[in-house]
Amino acid sequence: MDTASATLIAGGLKYIGAGLATLGMIGAGIGLGILFGNYYVGALRNPSAAKTQQTNLFIGMALTEALGIFAFVIALLILFNKPSL
Amino acid sequence: MADPLHQFKIETIVQGPVFEVGGVHVDLSLTNSVLAMLIAVGVTLLFFALTTARASIIPGRGQVVAESIFGLMDDLTDSIIGHEGRKFLPYVLTLFLFILSCNLVGMFTYFTATSQIAVTLTLAAMTILLVLGVGFIRNGLGFFKMFVPSGVPWYILLVLVPIEVIAFVMRPVTLTLRLFGNMLGGHIVMKVFAGFIVTGLAMGIGGYAIGALSLSTIVALTTLEFLVAYLQAFVFAVLTCVYLSDVVNIGHH
Repeated sequence: MDTASATLIAGGLKYIGAGLATLGMIGAGIGLGILFGNYYVGALRNPSAAKTQQTNLFIGMALTEALGIFAFVIALLILFNKPSL
Repeated sequence: MADPLHQFKIETIVQGPVFEVGGVHVDLSLTNSVLAMLIAVGVTLLFFALTTARASIIPGRGQVVAESIFGLMDDLTDSIIGHEGRKFLPYVLTLFLFILSCNLVGMFTYFTATSQIAVTLTLAAMTILLVLGVGFIRNGLGFFKMFVPSGVPWYILLVLVPIEVIAFVMRPVTLTLRLFGNMLGGHIVMKVFAGFIVTGLAMGIGGYAIGALSLSTIVALTTLEFLVAYLQAFVFAVLTCVYLSDVVNIGHH
């Protein structure tokens, strides 16, 4: 294989890599689903306590979401990294 | 099709002095990022100046909004940090208002200052330096007790302490990336769907359905982005409070 086509293939594989990196968001999605689901279960059982736990909900949301954002940032890093060839 | 990342490009509006200080390139030009932040700060100052200038016992519409924003942050610092929370209210309130107004300027105009990693990193660094400063001034070397949970056998501490240290070091990183990633991701998604409209319409009569679907998606996404704009500012303020509370109430948990 000559250098030109190898560079082309490498450029295309970069997009596959970026797509694979975003798979990390699956975990964050499941996590957020569990988090909010359980919050609503609790909130419907005891609506008077729901308001007081909203801050905790957002703390949990922020911590869970951060992991999904990491995957997104890694994808961006792969996508916009200048190849050092 | 237009590049969905074009909106994040920094452009110089007014050329300022450019010089080098100790090998660091300094450019004091007025860029669109700086302009967006100045607009955000200006709008915030104007809003609070107008709504609280003639404060009355029976508040008007604007005064209710201003007071409820203030009350929200006051409750937050009080409930998370405790009775010393009011000392940190000015910082948390400023941070919240700055991030919220930057996000909203991004929603109403084209440039979002908080989608620049330099801006979010500065905000996160300010928070973490404040946390370190407050921690060392109040507790001295007792600050390091934060990494040692009480009531844990020593052999578990061997594992737990490195994890706690790593978690602490990751705090500024997550603060930076959460705000940056949310604003960047949201605005990219909106522009990608806007691109779908153009491509759909270019496909001819069959593409009209795609265009209409994309347009209605953008309307829904814009609503979501307004929620995210508020929520991320709130989350940043909440996490600042949580991190401050860790060092203010060091022996209490």
